[in-house]
Amino acid sequence: MNKIKHLLQTFLLLELVKGLALTGRYFFKPKFTIQYPEERTPMSPRFRGLHAQRRYSNGEERCIACKLCEAACPALAITIDVTEREDGSRRTERYDIDLFKCIYCGFCEEACPVDAIVLTEVCEYHFEERGTNVITKTELLALGEKHKTRIDLNQKADAPYR
Amino acid sequence: MAQIELNGQQLEVQDNQMLIQVADAAGVYIPRFCYHEKLSVSANCRMCLVEVEGAPKPLPACATPVTDGMKVKTRSAIARDAQQGTMEFLLINHPLDCPICDQGGECPLQDQAVSYGKDNSRYHEEKRAVSSPDIGPLVATAMTRCIHCTRCVRFGEELAGIMEMGAAGRGDHTSIGTYLGETIESELSGNMIDLCPVGALTSKPSRFSARSWELLSHNSIAPHDCLGSNLKVQTLRNKVIRVLSSENERINECWLSDRDRFSFEAISGNDRLMTPMVREQGRWRSVDWHGALEFAVEGLRRVIAKQGAESIGALISASSTLEEAYLCQKLIRGLGSHNVDHRLQQQDFRDDQLDQPPPGLGRSIASLESVKAALLVGSNIRKEQPLLGLRLRKAVLGGAEVASISALDYAFNFSLRFNQMDAPSAMPKKLAEVAAAVAKAKGVAVPEPVEQLLDSNGISGEADEIAEMLLKGGQDGAVILGFGALSHPRAATLKMLAHWISELTGASFGLLDRGNSAGATLAGSLPLHQQSESNPAGLNAKEMVREKLAGYLLFGVEPELDSLEQSAAQEAMVKADFVISINPYSSAGREYADVILPSAAFTETSGTHLNCEHQLQSFEGAVEPPGDARPGWKILRVMANMLDIDGFDFISSEEVLEEVKAGDRGTTGAQLPDWELIAGDKPRVIQDQRLESVNEISPYRLDSTLRRAESLQITRDNQLSKVSMSSPEMERLGIEENRAVVISGIGGRVSLPIISDQRVPAGCIHIPLATEEGQVLGGSSFVTLEID
Repeated sequence: MNKIKHLLQTFLLLELVKGLALTGRYFFKPKFTIQYPEERTPMSPRFRGLHAQRRYSNGEERCIACKLCEAACPALAITIDVTEREDGSRRTERYDIDLFKCIYCGFCEEACPVDAIVLTEVCEYHFEERGTNVITKTELLALGEKHKTRIDLNQKADAPYR
Repeated sequence: MAQIELNGQQLEVQDNQMLIQVADAAGVYIPRFCYHEKLSVSANCRMCLVEVEGAPKPLPACATPVTDGMKVKTRSAIARDAQQGTMEFLLINHPLDCPICDQGGECPLQDQAVSYGKDNSRYHEEKRAVSSPDIGPLVATAMTRCIHCTRCVRFGEELAGIMEMGAAGRGDHTSIGTYLGETIESELSGNMIDLCPVGALTSKPSRFSARSWELLSHNSIAPHDCLGSNLKVQTLRNKVIRVLSSENERINECWLSDRDRFSFEAISGNDRLMTPMVREQGRWRSVDWHGALEFAVEGLRRVIAKQGAESIGALISASSTLEEAYLCQKLIRGLGSHNVDHRLQQQDFRDDQLDQPPPGLGRSIASLESVKAALLVGSNIRKEQPLLGLRLRKAVLGGAEVASISALDYAFNFSLRFNQMDAPSAMPKKLAEVAAAVAKAKGVAVPEPVEQLLDSNGISGEADEIAEMLLKGGQDGAVILGFGALSHPRAATLKMLAHWISELTGASFGLLDRGNSAGATLAGSLPLHQQSESNPAGLNAKEMVREKLAGYLLFGVEPELDSLEQSAAQEAMVKADFVISINPYSSAGREYADVILPSAAFTETSGTHLNCEHQLQSFEGAVEPPGDARPGWKILRVMANMLDIDGFDFISSEEVLEEVKAGDRGTTGAQLPDWELIAGDKPRVIQDQRLESVNEISPYRLDSTLRRAESLQITRDNQLSKVSMSSPEMERLGIEENRAVVISGIGGRVSLPIISDQRVPAGCIHIPLATEEGQVLGGSSFVTLEID
């Protein structure tokens, strides 16, 4: 009996038809593939991409050089030098993040008492020269400026859960 | 003895102890803010509340003496509730600015809020804000953070001896501040920073430079006074961020003088020399080590070939390590010269030929607390050796009597029973009177030279009383000579008289010299060291400067500031054919040196200091020297190798120390007094028309490091380094305050403003050493004023 069944299957190419049916089903089903970079997936407000430093609405930089992010960083990617600004406030003289060392864990953002350092949605960047992997305070502030709207939106969206 | 139960643990404890002391000894931690073991109990923070069975309310552990049968619970519901309540009250007005507070991370309030506080606050009203006064260049204030524990207030009152901080207002309006908005003057003010349990008082020089958790701590020894205070040098990325005291009950307890605490500023400052420099045709050029050392060695050889080895001299800083001083003198002696000295501000060397032990206190540091009588000769112990001053103050509070014979009316932080303040030239006479009075009381014959020092009035009544005080003190007496005696034109006379007094009365004999002078003496950086046929006497520091040698080796010294005769030193350096300056700072020696070799500062080298208790204390470097700078002992070793001098094959500073120890023959015992040496000393000579000069050096200008510590330079203590006279004297001569007057002294004429200073005796003028002003006048015994 089994022999006959096997023979029929072999000659009627039943398995091939089954396989083609599956292919056919998927061929006509709607597609999941996203045509990156023309199309993008939606992002969580908690996405941890490139870093940025924020300013207050009056233009004052938020960072107060408390060094908690430096202490929290498990990859030792952050280096901070503190100084007293002319008006007596505590500010960073140097705020470097080594993006090669960074593991994008977001601990710095969590440690920050003034929401100064944030991880943005930016995930597309590259370096062309040796050394540019270390981003400085000026660059971080510029990134904050550039992505201000998105950062603010994400901060707001996540605020109830903090 | 009492039997108590602490958290269920049975303890046998001493009576009259407070609960908190018992708990600390038993390893049970009770939270506290105002309690400190070195300060009195004030029980005002209420953090240490504990439950005592039978007591209706929780009791403060710091102010509750133990009694037999007491049952104490420190973590019971009642105690915990009381502690949480107290913490909640403390936090009501405490700002939440921990991220920008320098105390953050090492703050008892932060720690205890976590361990003993509640997890949230019920206070939503406005917090109190208090203005923060500027209390000087060393201590930064943020009084909003203050929790009124009054540790700083009690420190000033009880230890430093000047009530500088105080609490004004009551209740919610209490604020801690200085009286009348004055700045803090204490030479121990840095200790308030350590004592402050919150961030209200923080260190100004280290302000905002690092967080406590990222600092690496290294043990070290302080180089600026003869105590050798134990330090914790804290560093971040190879930079010294701050210096704290390391507890050592025998030496510095838990305190530290401002001088030792803040001198690191110079080391982390910008005036550091990074590469060796040589001068060719009047222009400075940085070179590599090999080039610089070859240049130095060639220069030395040239001088020796032309004028002989005896025309080379070495001046060594009293703040250098024992190893550096030893190698420096060994190198000079290896060259065939014997001109080596570290006593740049001494002018009387008559007793050099006596085999004396290194200067020291003559008793243990801790035992100074229990003296009954003390005689200070030219010693401003409070500013010169701040922590010894603290011990002596404790003795005075315990009933000791102190007499001072000096040429300046020093502001001590303890009361003097006798204050014999007179012109410097009168000091030997005053001391001779005391010596004669002691001898008379003891029935000992007064030697002829002492007799000669007394004038026709004989022994004054006060001298008799001082003698009586010292005799009563006996073994518990101390005779202490300070800078005013060591730099005195008749220092040997003072030394012998003081030694004789101590011998007759049984008191200890102390010579408190600066820095590591004792170590330098042990290392043999003296012109007469272990004298023999092959090792004859060389020139001392004063002669080296006066005789204008052809070559100088300067180790950590700036002779134009460090020498007593500053102008002569400056001239000698400029005139010399070849000067090698080994020094950590780039501005030192630029005017006259031919080669400057960058050496490591005290936090960057390993070495040893000998303190006034004659205890050797070795330390390691905390950071790497900046740039190409190298530890001084290595520079000297390589230089000696290049000069082909034998016996310089050291590979570590420990080996140098071993050699010093092995070569130490000890001293044959004190040979003081040798009256012949001072025969012919006369009682005071008064020169009419001329003013006698009183030399003083600011505690913050003792060496090249201190002179570059910016914050110390702007303290009030340092502001006293001006030419000054007493106001009656100024009035008599018709001099107005701060008006320039032409003064002529040993180094020529100079026009300088004179300020009034009540400490200066009549007929005298106060000349600050190691300053630009002292440059012309330093070392003069008498000066003339030209008043139009």
